[in-house]
Amino acid sequence: MLLMLAFGTCLLAGCHRDDNIEWRLTNVTGHMPDLAFQLVDDHGKKVAGQDYRGKVVLLYFGYTHCPDVCPLTLAQLHVVMQRLGPLADGARILFVSVDPARDTPEIMHAYVNAFDPRAVGLTGTPREIEALSKRYRSAFTREPDRSDGQYEVTHSSAIYLFDSQGKARLLSTPNNTQDEMVHDLHLLLSPGSSS
Amino acid sequence: MSRRIALPLLVAGLLMATGAHATEAEHIRITGAWIRVLPGDLPAGAYVTLENTGDQAASLRGAHSASYGEAMLHQSSGAGGVNRMAMVDELAIPAHSKAELSPGGYHLMLMKAAAPVKVGDNVKVTLSFGDGSTLDADFIARPANATGG
Repeated sequence: MLLMLAFGTCLLAGCHRDDNIEWRLTNVTGHMPDLAFQLVDDHGKKVAGQDYRGKVVLLYFGYTHCPDVCPLTLAQLHVVMQRLGPLADGARILFVSVDPARDTPEIMHAYVNAFDPRAVGLTGTPREIEALSKRYRSAFTREPDRSDGQYEVTHSSAIYLFDSQGKARLLSTPNNTQDEMVHDLHLLLSPGSSS
Repeated sequence: MSRRIALPLLVAGLLMATGAHATEAEHIRITGAWIRVLPGDLPAGAYVTLENTGDQAASLRGAHSASYGEAMLHQSSGAGGVNRMAMVDELAIPAHSKAELSPGGYHLMLMKAAAPVKVGDNVKVTLSFGDGSTLDADFIARPANATGG
């Protein structure tokens, strides 16, 4: 009888499988809106959030004139993708420029491909990019020009993870380890895990 | 006659000066110097470990390279979940201690490459220290997605 009760509980829990998953990253399921945007990819093609349904998405804001942290983050994501093996084909890194004035699709194309074949560079009008940034409570600020006319852009460092249905699921910050991200992506990418 | 005496005195003086006060650069040992090469003419981050083998504190003040039009000492920080970069006047290298320029922290930002830098190239960078002394180092060019020196 006790065994049956326990079994029944498991069955019930099974209906809310996500509650039982021990995510290592911050679980934001139900707290952030689905993936949606209107931008231009690194082939110059207009794309929307809907176009990435069927893929687990890693969304990261940055810019190509960022010599240190953005390349570090993308290099780390490349290692994560390599560690996932063939599963990584089910994921896309979406690198969204917070510096559309300098980041053309051509520059974005060369940039993202220097890191990982599954990375996509997205740019757009300042308004479109701001809309996406605000949607996920991300922020960026263009710093004052230096004497040589160049400038830095201060930006949020988080990586947002969406399941293949476009639902916001997890948030990764620089405090999280590569192992934690690999662990959670395994779960998101395994068949039937994100339904 | 004054010239005949002055020269040996000058030489002796210089020898004494270097003997008594070795420059900061003379006590710095450089390891793991590399540059993260990005496509096109995007600014590149350069990283290195500086070990001060001397009894006096030293400081890195800046750098220059014939291969780049501009080089700046920067520090990245991620406080409050926000990435920002700030220019840094100097990086202290305490006596018998190490200072690291590494991804996500201190780095040299190299801009305006004189000619495209290719992966595998050795790029000469001159580091300048607090007392004005300098040290040349070969930085190896690594691919964009390299994860460390």
